[in-house]
Amino acid sequence: MSTRVGVVTFPGSLDDGDAARAVRLAGADAVGLWHADPDLHGVDAVVLPGGFSYGDYLRGGAIARFAPVMETIAEAVRDGLPVLGICNGFQILCEAHILPGALIRNQHMHFRARDQRLRIEAVQPVWTNAFTDSQEVVIPIKHGEGRYVADEHTLDELEANGQIVARYVGGNPNGAQRDIAAISNAAGNVVGIMPHPEHAVDALTGPSTDGLGFFTSMLKFLAGAPADQGAS
Amino acid sequence: MARVVVDVMLKPEILDPQGQAVANALPRLGVNDVTSVRIGRRIEIEFAGEPDLDRAREIADKLLANPVIEDFALHVDGTVETESDSQESEPAEAPA
Repeated sequence: MSTRVGVVTFPGSLDDGDAARAVRLAGADAVGLWHADPDLHGVDAVVLPGGFSYGDYLRGGAIARFAPVMETIAEAVRDGLPVLGICNGFQILCEAHILPGALIRNQHMHFRARDQRLRIEAVQPVWTNAFTDSQEVVIPIKHGEGRYVADEHTLDELEANGQIVARYVGGNPNGAQRDIAAISNAAGNVVGIMPHPEHAVDALTGPSTDGLGFFTSMLKFLAGAPADQGAS
Repeated sequence: MARVVVDVMLKPEILDPQGQAVANALPRLGVNDVTSVRIGRRIEIEFAGEPDLDRAREIADKLLANPVIEDFALHVDGTVETESDSQESEPAEAPA
């Protein structure tokens, strides 16, 4: 009955617990998915959590991309499966070429952990329908390799198609091109975000509850989506 | 020895803050005539049999380098370097 949202654990994932908690607080069932198991266990959406999958060896996300579960997810994405990649999850989606561009070392070489203001640039149907256009939110960041880069043509295309989902405001923490904090694929079912919405879901433990909006958006989308969903 | 060496470098247009930090430290060594430092990665692949440049190129393209931000070159260890064809890849498209 209730919506099932998968949270993938890779060796080195850190935020799978918080992501599962955010899913539960939003009102869905969190289903643990394992990197080595290609089965998505019938989930309706997937969260790729933050952390340092496979120790970030080579490049962040470079090895996780080849995990058996990622092959299934890449296929399901083509059929419209909603996927949210957070931090390392965003890196994995870029390495898998599910999202364009790449995330490289912060321009100033420092790890940044702070509460960050963002502006929601695209109220899109799957992951940001709970927000209003240009709404400012506060969501924590914590990364050393979060600088979004892509060639100018790709950046222009993202702008033109409304695929830039959120930008940093009040200071760009990592040198990301065009202040990009989050983007979506062309179809809109996949979003990669460098800040951590799963850490902003509860007044006790986060700077705001703004992050919950991403999870409730997806649940609202699924509730309204035609019932032909369901990855096998 | 069946060893192929892969050199991975950030594309010239991608800022290399690590290299910049090294360049900025050089004056402290009394070195003032260096205009740029860029840092890459050298990967040595041992094949069981004959070194296979085509396989090595595939490994480099799919895993060792990210063609969005990096170029690579490879050569069989001990031979003259042969620049790879790390061709400009088209912008990665998200599947619809």
